[in-house]
Amino acid sequence: MTDAIRRDRVSRFIATLNQARELGLTVEEAAEGTLTLCLPYSEQIIGDPETGVIHGGAITTLMDTTSGCVIICALDDFELCPTLDLRVDYMRPAEPNKPVYARAETYRVTRNIIFTRCEAYQEEGETIANCVATFMRIGKEALPKSYRDSITGGEA
Amino acid sequence: MTTVEILRYTQETGDFSRMLESIPYARWIGIECDRFGDDLIFRLPAREQNLGNPVLPAIHGGVIGGFMELSAAIYLMMSQDVLRMPRIVDFSLDYLRAGLNRETFAECRLTRQGNRVANVMISAWQKSRSQPIATARAHFLLDD
Repeated sequence: MTDAIRRDRVSRFIATLNQARELGLTVEEAAEGTLTLCLPYSEQIIGDPETGVIHGGAITTLMDTTSGCVIICALDDFELCPTLDLRVDYMRPAEPNKPVYARAETYRVTRNIIFTRCEAYQEEGETIANCVATFMRIGKEALPKSYRDSITGGEA
Repeated sequence: MTTVEILRYTQETGDFSRMLESIPYARWIGIECDRFGDDLIFRLPAREQNLGNPVLPAIHGGVIGGFMELSAAIYLMMSQDVLRMPRIVDFSLDYLRAGLNRETFAECRLTRQGNRVANVMISAWQKSRSQPIATARAHFLLDD
């Protein structure tokens, strides 16, 4: 599979997630087993009105989405894997008015479980948060074929 | 009203509308809160924009996380006289069941409060409190 196909699959999948679409998440880079998504700054997701810093919940959604979608970049077939658990360490508040990026990788893929790690950062490179997560493989048959085809475009 | 005034007003009246109105992310996901005696119950009404998985459909896991995280922060502000939004240090979340497209509730418990750090447990459920859809714990920095 090429990186272009991975990127297309992730873009199409994200487009079906209401909250990801509302937040304006976009794909920056997709390769085998790695994925970078971008969360644009928006006043709607501010958590502390005095500082303009966005809420941790938006970072959590960015990291959950990136960690969940990197699985698409690691498997040949499209499988939807529910999150088992997610652990986020917040290093520093995100600087207002700038996008936040999250780069995730699958570091172990087994028959039942997929382990991911993810880093959220901003342009100057300082880490905002780190996240490790586990996902359960419920098999591609758990989703209707029509939905799977809408993500893969029928390829592979 | 300043943040401190809003907090005092909320503590005195149990009316959370002004506080929640002042936090954009709270409006974004649509969180609500009610006080019963000393207890707080947080509520996330069903909302299309909060969905992730379109097939079930289910609430986006990140929104469930954000809801629980914000619940814990508000709970701390209300119960501990923290006069500003406490800063979150870490957040550990276990997803137990799919959060379907319906009303979700959360309650918090202060496990341990030190001078600078507080540990809060959060439980979220939909149909029955005895069947949580997610549990979480978080550490918050109370001042820096």
